[in-house]
Amino acid sequence: MQEKNVPLIQTIDLRKLFKLKGGVMLHAVDGINIEIASGETLGVVGESGCGKSTVGRLILRLIEPTSGQVLYDGQDISKFRGRQARDMRRNMQIIFQDPYSSIDPRMSVIELIAEYLFIHRVFKNKIETFNRAAELMDMVGLARRYANSYPHELDGGRRQRIGIARALSLDPKFIICDEPVSALDVSIQAQILNLLMDLQEEFKLTYMFVTHDLSVVKHISDKIMVMYLGQCVEIAAFDELFENPLHPYTNALLAAIPEPDLSRRNKEMKVIRGEVVSPINVKPGCRFAARCDDCVETCRERDPELIETSNGHFVACFKLKR
Amino acid sequence: MGREETSLRMEKTTGIEKITFKRQSQAKEIWRRFKKSKGAVFGLGMLTIILAVILLADVIAPYSLATRQNMSLKLAPPSWGHIFGCDGYGRDIFARVLHGGRTSLSIAVIATMTSCLLGSILGAVAGYFGKVIDSVICRALDIFMSVPDILFTMAVVVALGANFINLLVALTLAYFTNYVRLVRSQVLNLSELEYVEAARAGGASSARIIATHIIPNAMGVIIVNTTLNVAKIILYESTLSFLGLGMPPPAPEWGLMLAEARAFLRTSPHLLLFPAAAIVMSACSVNLIGDGLRDALDPHLKS
Amino acid sequence: MLENNGGILLNIEDLKVVYKTDLETVEAVNGISLTVMKGRTLGLVGETGAGKTTTALSILRLLPSTTGRIERGKIEFNGQDLLKLDENMMRVIRGNQIAMVFQDPMTSLNPVMTVGDQIAEAIELHNGKMPHEEVNRRVENILQMVGIMPQRRFEYPHQFSGGMKQRVVIAIALSCEPELLIADEPTTALDVTIQAQVLNMIKDLRDRLGTAMLLITHDLGIVAQICDDVAVMYAGEIIETGTVEDIFIGDWRHPYTAGLFNSLPDLRSQATRLKPIPGLMPDPSNLPNGCVFAPRCGNRMDICEKEHPKTVQKAQHRLSCHLYATGENPRRRDVT
Repeated sequence: MQEKNVPLIQTIDLRKLFKLKGGVMLHAVDGINIEIASGETLGVVGESGCGKSTVGRLILRLIEPTSGQVLYDGQDISKFRGRQARDMRRNMQIIFQDPYSSIDPRMSVIELIAEYLFIHRVFKNKIETFNRAAELMDMVGLARRYANSYPHELDGGRRQRIGIARALSLDPKFIICDEPVSALDVSIQAQILNLLMDLQEEFKLTYMFVTHDLSVVKHISDKIMVMYLGQCVEIAAFDELFENPLHPYTNALLAAIPEPDLSRRNKEMKVIRGEVVSPINVKPGCRFAARCDDCVETCRERDPELIETSNGHFVACFKLKR
Repeated sequence: MGREETSLRMEKTTGIEKITFKRQSQAKEIWRRFKKSKGAVFGLGMLTIILAVILLADVIAPYSLATRQNMSLKLAPPSWGHIFGCDGYGRDIFARVLHGGRTSLSIAVIATMTSCLLGSILGAVAGYFGKVIDSVICRALDIFMSVPDILFTMAVVVALGANFINLLVALTLAYFTNYVRLVRSQVLNLSELEYVEAARAGGASSARIIATHIIPNAMGVIIVNTTLNVAKIILYESTLSFLGLGMPPPAPEWGLMLAEARAFLRTSPHLLLFPAAAIVMSACSVNLIGDGLRDALDPHLKS
Repeated sequence: MLENNGGILLNIEDLKVVYKTDLETVEAVNGISLTVMKGRTLGLVGETGAGKTTTALSILRLLPSTTGRIERGKIEFNGQDLLKLDENMMRVIRGNQIAMVFQDPMTSLNPVMTVGDQIAEAIELHNGKMPHEEVNRRVENILQMVGIMPQRRFEYPHQFSGGMKQRVVIAIALSCEPELLIADEPTTALDVTIQAQVLNMIKDLRDRLGTAMLLITHDLGIVAQICDDVAVMYAGEIIETGTVEDIFIGDWRHPYTAGLFNSLPDLRSQATRLKPIPGLMPDPSNLPNGCVFAPRCGNRMDICEKEHPKTVQKAQHRLSCHLYATGENPRRRDVT
């Protein structure tokens, strides 16, 4: 049914502008083009406020884009209404960052997992629905004895498993993982990451993995996109990005990770100056220019475009042309 | 396709543990925490007694006793025949307090419920949909709230006439504004939460989200406020009757009894004592229950 | 274990802290001992609920008064037992000699006071009256020290970004030149590039002022970059402690510490599957009888479930594990 070269998820020039008080425009997402092939994982990395979570919500249409298109399997879903839009929800799901605020504290575990099944009336009766929910519990490694527990009785890792089971309940093909492990402790984080990878393999899932943590994203992604203030600055295969980072911001991100390794200890950590600002009323020019050491005249005049430097490695930086 | 594959695969691995899905009662947990507050349990006990006595009013003292005038017993002090004594018209005060309680408490409870229902719906709509709807509701609310409550109710009662239904209407209109504000702010807070977004991501409709995620989570605060409001309305309604805007005489009514007692305050204070005690006791017990419920329902105070 | 530059600053011995509610008793900290040397930085590492913050709050005697209680133990600061001091003397110690930086810079600052006034307040609180110009000069010095332009002292906290706010919080903490700075996850709420800036600054200031530091963190990367000594906490106990070299490259390693390292996604290696520690930390209101880590341990032996392990020591490296009970290097099953 699916042609080989049609990506499962594609966005074309996706934009979201928020209007703030005083008519100021916040460019949360500014012209994002991504393609995710079926069964692949795209990692999206960036610091807070770079618009990485907004991209995910735009794709799911939890927020309506200002302009641009989202294609699912070649179809433009941004115009879908009513029934069509609701059916689309079954194909695309999201796992949230915070296992505490993303599940309703007044519902029991089994009710939480069965919620989407009830919404879409997947099964005829309650018993079948709950049986399916119990299967989902097995799938994500939640013991069935927790079926009647309430979320406050469970720890963060188990709560996150509820979120994963709920996201899987409608057999989606595409799941957005919005920082699913950043609220968890390392030992639990590894458990959840392994689970996500196993599920992907078993059900041929396609992921978009949004995170601020480069070391996590490397483990799970095929391709990685680095975002800065609403724009994509670099996108490449995961190994290429780590071995050959080209954009100064990617380099800075990599250098800023404190590694659990004593050999780097006495070297001064390389630090970029300045702060992440908000993309409010942006002027033309590279958004990273103010913090960049290699910034030249052109950087402040024109927007750099994404240029393919080698196979599948795109960078938006003037430095490379010089 | 995906579905069949999944269920086939699962058949092999599941069927290990049969579990029963039951709705664990949160009520039990709440009751356990409620019991810990001595004041609340005392309030509940007191209210139960008051309600039992009032419900059995006809058995204890028939209604005719409350309205029958007997001038020979005018202002009679408490005695074995008339344990609370008699009022200025020789009517039995005990019977009047019992039957007055029926009117007073039922008005208070019904008015609280209607104002809560009206206010909650408006508040939920304003909070969830926001934008123009929110602005319209909020501005209308501002107009309502700019008139002092007591003046507003008096105006309504005077315009429509004093009877049971009109009293309800007046009290509902005076009190629903609180609920609009309360529920609106609750809904605003709750709809920011990720689980509401998660429900939307699962394809839930707005009505479903409000009904299953927002209202149940806002319920605690609403229940507590409702209980506390019952107490307020008991006092408020007594005030209205005291001013002669309550139920028309000779129907017994606590506030009205206070007003009538005023003339005999120096000579026969028992006329005032018993209805006043009834008002204080019922308002107090409801307040104590409300406080207890607030603690029992607040998840932050858990454990 | 006294290789040092100037002796013991803080010495905690057999500290036990419980939280009592009417439902249960939570043993948050269970007989820990640790030492912070003058001028050195001790990293207190552990997962959520291990008891790290409780330890810090006990040192300052800031435990929630209704539930938290120190059951036994000693907390000696410069030889003085802090648990025996009265509240007035404790107030002098807090801020003057021991300062604390909390995780969330957003809630540690007063939103209606200018940043300069908040620093000035801290200075005046601990130094008594001093001339206005002197205070101003000090405020400007301190701001400069943490890398904020002195002109910004008239601004309010909301005009600062998260990283800048944390700098202000640190400035306030350092304004009285404390001997010990307790930093509870000071950079967890910050972005990576900003975290790197703040960590560099902390490191720099610490070296310049010679402040000893107790750094609470869950991030082994930060420990590697900043700390001199490490204490690993698990379920209310310190299961291993030593210098960074001991912990990171030493030949003794507690199975839990080893598990922590294995759980980390490695930036350099290529393995796709991670090696998490199975299971969860035990419920602190219902701790196991023997070793607290036994239920999750890949090297579990019969004795582990029955007997609490004793502490073994090699130079400054101490750990509590039955595997090392003989003092020899054991054969471990799951450690790389």
